[in-house]
Amino acid sequence: METMTDTDKAVRFDLDETSVRDLNQFLHHELAESGARHIEVLNPNGRHNIAVGMDAPVSVDIRGHAGYFIGGMNKQAGITVHGNVGWSVGENIMSGSIRVKGNASECAGASGHGGLVVIEGDASSRCGISMKGCDIVVGGSVGHMSAFMAQLGTLVVCGDADPGLGDSLYEAVIYVRGTIRGLGADAQAEPMGEEDYARVAALLDKAGFDHDPKAFRRVASARTLYHWNADHHQEY
Amino acid sequence: MCGIVGLLLKTPALNERLGMLVTPMLVSMAERGPDSAGLAVFADRDRGEKYSLFAEDAHFDWDALERALDEALVPTPRIEPQGRYARLYLDVDPDTLRRWMAEHFPQLHVLSAGHFMDIYKDAGHPAAIAERYDFPALTGSHAVGHTRMATESAITPAHAHPFTAGEDFCLVHNGSLSNPYKIRRKLERKGIRFETDNDTEAACRFLEWRLREGDGLESALSQGFSVLDGFYTLLMATRDELALVRDSFACKPAVVAETDDYVAIGSEYRALAHLPGVKEASLFEPRPEEIYTWRR
Repeated sequence: METMTDTDKAVRFDLDETSVRDLNQFLHHELAESGARHIEVLNPNGRHNIAVGMDAPVSVDIRGHAGYFIGGMNKQAGITVHGNVGWSVGENIMSGSIRVKGNASECAGASGHGGLVVIEGDASSRCGISMKGCDIVVGGSVGHMSAFMAQLGTLVVCGDADPGLGDSLYEAVIYVRGTIRGLGADAQAEPMGEEDYARVAALLDKAGFDHDPKAFRRVASARTLYHWNADHHQEY
Repeated sequence: MCGIVGLLLKTPALNERLGMLVTPMLVSMAERGPDSAGLAVFADRDRGEKYSLFAEDAHFDWDALERALDEALVPTPRIEPQGRYARLYLDVDPDTLRRWMAEHFPQLHVLSAGHFMDIYKDAGHPAAIAERYDFPALTGSHAVGHTRMATESAITPAHAHPFTAGEDFCLVHNGSLSNPYKIRRKLERKGIRFETDNDTEAACRFLEWRLREGDGLESALSQGFSVLDGFYTLLMATRDELALVRDSFACKPAVVAETDDYVAIGSEYRALAHLPGVKEASLFEPRPEEIYTWRR
């Protein structure tokens, strides 16, 4: 693998020299044997599918702007993108963590089951759509319809939320520090309890943000869409 | 899918390099649209009335067209052929030319009309099309391009984007409209003619109709939000302006990079990654139903 340089158990891939497929083949099949604990990826230049399907307790640093599905289905690994990412970063994340130093496009953390996704900048539309147990912390603001149909887990937004927040929510909980520009169907603002402050404080701490948990508001499901309501006379 | 790209140069010194800069943008979006591609390029000055023509026959005799035009319409027309494509300089209004062309050369398509805009579009892989028409050599102040993955109508050069209506106006579209026939029937009742059954043509002719009725681009687009049903990222160009909108769900992607030298738009960041200074550019994603315009 001539494009790789082994230095102190770190492995470096330059995507101007090596394909994403070769990188991912290494991460899936050769990582354990190599003994590498740290992988560095250079020149992502918006390429898709970098470090998808990881299943090892190693760190991956992606230096530059990356494309779609970065770190998708991640287990165990700690992935950091030193730039922006395209759609669906950390889609279906199972465990481990993904940190984006810049902004994320749509569907960040979509359908994630576990682990932590941190977006230091803004996240775009449908952040946390259908999340199923992961935690997402956004340092900036989120776009419209974030946490759409989110089933379990926590979305913490340190900035503002665009309209349609939490539309058709199940049991995921959203905390927002800034302005909420509109709630989606069946989402409602609820009073914060001690448990909520502790939950927000713990996630802010894990994500490395220094905000007062008291400044956050809670949004959760009103659960009116859970059951058929005959009073609506089928006029939906 | 489908890929869209746009580049508007703010620094006139870069105009000579427009083709060099925009061609890799277009080709990088080939995975989003491998079946056909097109590019609209705007000159930085008035070049007189001109037309982009496309011949169905690969061996079309452009000299025969020149002779016929010379006899029937205008003495000494200037034609610059490039395979099945040709640029025609002719001081004749578009309606007259289109009528004459339909009667005498029905195998020729008038791809565009205007004093500033040329449109190239063809079926095939975007990289092959860029090479066929030597896109890197093109110059001008701004360009919009499209790579197509057909989902709703045939793969032919005429069904490729950009679509145009009127003069010096074009539009590229990523997405699909659910009510193109409703829009089409409404416009046909006003005497507006369609050339294909492509859904994007309905959006293009609707917006051009509004512009012709006196609306500005922003006002036309505001009406577009209530008339166009479906998914769309639309990128439009006039002789001095680019405009970008996304549908209310923002279902189709777009990313914008702006520096002191240019505004660049792509379906994905990959399309912009090679541009000079893009790593320091201000990058953002357009919001749903918000109108973005840039003037050269």
